[in-house]
Amino acid sequence: MVKMVKHLKAVGKPSASPGSLPLLTLEHGAIPWLLAVALATAGPHAAHLPWWLSLLVGGTLLWRAWLWQQRRPLPPRWALVLLVIGSIAAIAWQFGTLLGKDAGVALLVVFMALKPMEMSSRRDALVVVMLGYFLLLTHYLYSQSIPTGAWLLAAIALLTAALIRLHGGAQPVATILRHALLLLAQALPFMLILYLLFPRVAGPLWGLPQDAYSGLSGLSEEMSPGTISRLTLSGAIAFRSRFAGEPPEKSDLYWRGPVFDEYDGHTWRARALPAKAAKQLPVVAGIGAPLAYSSILEAHNRRWLLALDIATRLPPDSALAPTLEALAREPVRVRTQFSFASSIDYRANVIEAPAILQQALALPKEINPRTRALASEWASRPPEKIAAAALAMFRNEDFYYTLRPSLLGPNAMDEFLFDSRRGFCEHYASAFVFLMRAAGVPARVVAGYQGGELNPVDGYLVVRQSDAHAWAEIWLAGQGWVRFDPTAAVAPARIEQGIDAALPAGEPLPMIVRLDSDWLRQLRNRWEAANNTWNQWVLGYNPQRQREVLSRLGWRDPDWRGMSASLAILCGLALLLVTLWTLPRRLAADPVQRAWQKYCAALKRRGIPRAEWEGPLDFAHRVAREKPDLAALTNEAAGYYAELRYGRRASNGQLLRRLQQCVRRLPPRRRKHS
Amino acid sequence: MRPITRQSPLDEILAAADQVILGKSQQTRLALCCLLAKGHLLIEDLPGVGKTTLAHTLARLLGFQFSRVQFTSDMLPADILGVSVFDRDRGDFRFLPGPVFSQVVLADEINRATPKTQSALLEAMEEGQVTTEGETRPLPQPFFVIATQNPSNQIGTFPLPESQLDRFLLRIELGYPDHAAERALLESGGRREQLPTLSARLSASDFAALQQQVAAVHASAAVLDYLQLVVEASRADARLVHGLSPRAALSLLAAARAWAFTAGREMVLPEDVQAVLPAVARHRLQLLSGSHAGAEDIAALIRAIPVL
Repeated sequence: MVKMVKHLKAVGKPSASPGSLPLLTLEHGAIPWLLAVALATAGPHAAHLPWWLSLLVGGTLLWRAWLWQQRRPLPPRWALVLLVIGSIAAIAWQFGTLLGKDAGVALLVVFMALKPMEMSSRRDALVVVMLGYFLLLTHYLYSQSIPTGAWLLAAIALLTAALIRLHGGAQPVATILRHALLLLAQALPFMLILYLLFPRVAGPLWGLPQDAYSGLSGLSEEMSPGTISRLTLSGAIAFRSRFAGEPPEKSDLYWRGPVFDEYDGHTWRARALPAKAAKQLPVVAGIGAPLAYSSILEAHNRRWLLALDIATRLPPDSALAPTLEALAREPVRVRTQFSFASSIDYRANVIEAPAILQQALALPKEINPRTRALASEWASRPPEKIAAAALAMFRNEDFYYTLRPSLLGPNAMDEFLFDSRRGFCEHYASAFVFLMRAAGVPARVVAGYQGGELNPVDGYLVVRQSDAHAWAEIWLAGQGWVRFDPTAAVAPARIEQGIDAALPAGEPLPMIVRLDSDWLRQLRNRWEAANNTWNQWVLGYNPQRQREVLSRLGWRDPDWRGMSASLAILCGLALLLVTLWTLPRRLAADPVQRAWQKYCAALKRRGIPRAEWEGPLDFAHRVAREKPDLAALTNEAAGYYAELRYGRRASNGQLLRRLQQCVRRLPPRRRKHS
Repeated sequence: MRPITRQSPLDEILAAADQVILGKSQQTRLALCCLLAKGHLLIEDLPGVGKTTLAHTLARLLGFQFSRVQFTSDMLPADILGVSVFDRDRGDFRFLPGPVFSQVVLADEINRATPKTQSALLEAMEEGQVTTEGETRPLPQPFFVIATQNPSNQIGTFPLPESQLDRFLLRIELGYPDHAAERALLESGGRREQLPTLSARLSASDFAALQQQVAAVHASAAVLDYLQLVVEASRADARLVHGLSPRAALSLLAAARAWAFTAGREMVLPEDVQAVLPAVARHRLQLLSGSHAGAEDIAALIRAIPVL
C-alpha cells in the first residue's frame, strides 16, 4: 500500500483547462484541503503522543482554519520560529532525546502542524503534501492493522486530491475526489506487481530503534500476586493455533510459558541454572499419537514459544529448555508462525538433574509458619497423597476464585490459606507449590495460557491474554514432572469452559471475552478471522510465502535476481500500456501548442531560443532583428500560431498543417561558408 | 498572420500626433488606446514635457469638444461642475455648466487641487453625470478625462488616493524627449502653435463605431488564461501590498483589446497584455516600500509567467 504513493504521478492530466493553472499563488480555496491533509496524517498519532503535542497540533490547525476563514494575515515569522524552537525543546525534554522513533515522529508531527502557519505559496503547499506522504509511513511503526491500512489508504486518496486541487484549480469536491480515486485505481496494478514480486528479505529491512518494542504485553520473567490477573484484563490475542486434526479437549490445553522455581516470599522467578544443569538436555517421551499444529505468535519480546505441553517436535532455531518450555533463539519481536507437535500424555525428565530437584525444594526461611506446620503434618505420606490432600483442601474448604483478591502481608501463604481464601490462579499455584516444597516434594510454578476459543470462521484456536494462567508441577520418582492445577480444584469451570464461565458477573473481565449475545460473538469471530488473514497474507508475506505463491503461479525456485528482473519488466510493460492508452489523447490535447513548441525548439537549435514569457509576434520581431534570414518564415509561423491559439479559427486543420510545415521548411542547420 | 495593408484612420491620427509630439509614439498610442477603451487617462510627469500638448492634440485630432481646467489649491467643486445663478429677466435660477460639460476634459495638474475638488471630478468620471443642487445632469457622450499630474513629491500637491487612481484606466509617463526629438523641437520652436492647424480626422459616430469594434476584439480562452495568470501573480507577489483588483483585470483586458486593435489585429495576444500592463498596473500596485511599482517590477512580473 505504501508503495502506491510513488506511482500516483504516472498517468492522467488533472485539469480540464491546463492553461488556467496558477503557477505561484496558493489559492484561498486550496487551503482547507491542506489542513485536511495535516489533520489526516498527523491526527492519528495523537493516540501515542504526549497530550500537549496533540493540543498543539489541534490548536495550530484550528488557528490556521480561523485565519483562513477570516482571511487574516499569517502570524509573523519570529513567532513561528519561537514556536518551533519551543516545541523542539519540549520534545527533547519529554523524550530525553531528539532521535529514535517516538521523538522523531513527534518532531515530524510538529513540523506538520506548524508548516501550514507559514503556508503562503504553492511551494509551501507542496511541502505540506510531501511531508504528509512521509508522515503516513510512520504510522506503520505503531500499527499495521486493517483499520490502519484502511485509514492510510483514505489518507493517500486525500493527499492525491489535495495535489489535484493544487494543480488543477477550483473544481467541485466530488470531481476532485473521483479523480483521486481514479488515480489510485490506476496505481493498483503497479501495487500488485510490486507486492508480489518485490524481493522480500527476512527480517525488517532496517533496524528499528531501541524503543520500538516497548509496550508489548504478555507473560514476564517473574510472577507475584496480581501479575497474571492484571494480564487477564486484556482481551488482546496472544497467539492463534491451528491443529492438523481435531483440537484436544479444552481442559488439556496447557500452553507452557516460563517456569518459576525460585521464591523469595513475594515473587516467583526463573533461577539462572548452574552451567552443568543448563547443559543437560531434557528427555521427554510422548504417550499416544502426537498432535501436529502451528501457532502464529503475536510479538511479545520474550523467547518462549508457548508450545502445548509437552512439545515433542519443535520448529527450527528453537529448543526445549531444561525446565521443558520451548524457547526460540531470539525474542519473538514480530508476529511469527511456528510449527510444533505435542503429546498431551507424556513422561518428562524421569531422571532429573540434582541441581534442579534441589532448587525445586528451596523455600525462604522462617515465613509462613502455619503453612509449614500444615505441610509437616502431611510430610510422612507419599508425594501423590500429599498433592491429593492439598487439592482436596482447595476443593472442599471455602476457597474462592476471583480477580479481586485481598491484599496479602509478609506471611502471604498463611494469610491466603487460612484467612482470606480469595485468590486467582497465581495464588493457588504458588500456595500449592509452597505446600509441596514444605512437605518435601519437589515442585515448581509454570506460567502460560490455558484453553483458548475456537473461531469457527477460520478454524483457528484463539488464545488471548485473558487466558493467561499459572499452574504447578511436581516431580514424582518414576513419572518425572507431573502437572497439578489447583485452580481446577477450586473452579473447575475455569479449565473446562474458560475464564468467562469461571468468574462471576461483575468481575472486571474485558468485554471482548465476555460476549453474551450470539451475533456480537459472531461479529468478533469474523473480524478476528479477517485480521488473521491480513496478518498472514499482508503482514506475514515473507520470503517463504512469496516463494509459495510464485511456485503456485508456476514459477519454481525464483531467486531475487529473477524477481527483480521480472518486476522491472512487468512494471515497464504496465507503464507502456498506460502510455499507449493515454498517448493519443495527450497528443490530441493541443496539437497547436505542440507544433509551435516544435518550431521554437528548432529555432533554439539554430541559436535563437524563445524566452518562456515571449509571445509569438514579439518573438518573430526579435528573430527578424537577430536572424533576418529566418524572419519571413518565423513571421509566418508566429502568425499561424497566434491565429490558431488566440484567434477565432482555433480548430482550423489547414492552418495547423501550414504551421506544422513551417518546421520542415526551415533551412538545414549547419550551412557553413555560405 | 496577414499583414495589415489598409491605412486605417487610427494610423493616420497616430501619424499626425507624432508630428506634434515628437518621439513619443508609444505614449501617444497608449493614450489613444485609453480613449478607444472608454477609459480615462492619467499623465504623470514633470512640468514642461508636453502633457497638455498631448491631451490637446488628441482632442483636436478626434474632433472632440475640448475644455481645459487648470487645477489650483483654492479651487472649489463648483468651479468644475458649474453653478446656478439667478436670472433676473426670467426670474429664476439658471444653471451655468462648468468646464466638465465637455467631451474631453483636460484636468491639468489635478493633484494641485484639494481632495474635495478632486473627488467632484472623479465622481463625474465614474457616474457619467453631475448632480448639483439636487438635480442630475448627464455629461456629453463620449466623455473623457485626461488628467495630468505632477510627481507627488513636488511642493503643494495632494496625491490622489489609491481608490481614485483606480478610476484611471491607464497612467502614462512621458519622460524627457530623446536627443533627436529635442533638437527637432528646438529648431521648430514650441509645438502649441501647431495645435490650431490640426483638423479632426474622425466624426463622432466614426469614433463610437471604432469603440464598438474594439470591444468586439476576440479574446480567446488562451489569452484570458494568460491574463488571469498575470493578475494572480500580482496578488501572490510578496513585494506588493496587494495585487490587481478584478476591476484592474477588466481594465487590463479592455486596454489590451484596444492595443490589439490599434495594431490592426482582431484578436488579443499575450503581447498586447504585456504592452499595456505597465500603464494599467503601475499606478495600481504599491510596493511594500510605499512607492508605486516601477517599470522593472512589471517587467519581472511578465518574465515570471510563461506564454504557452
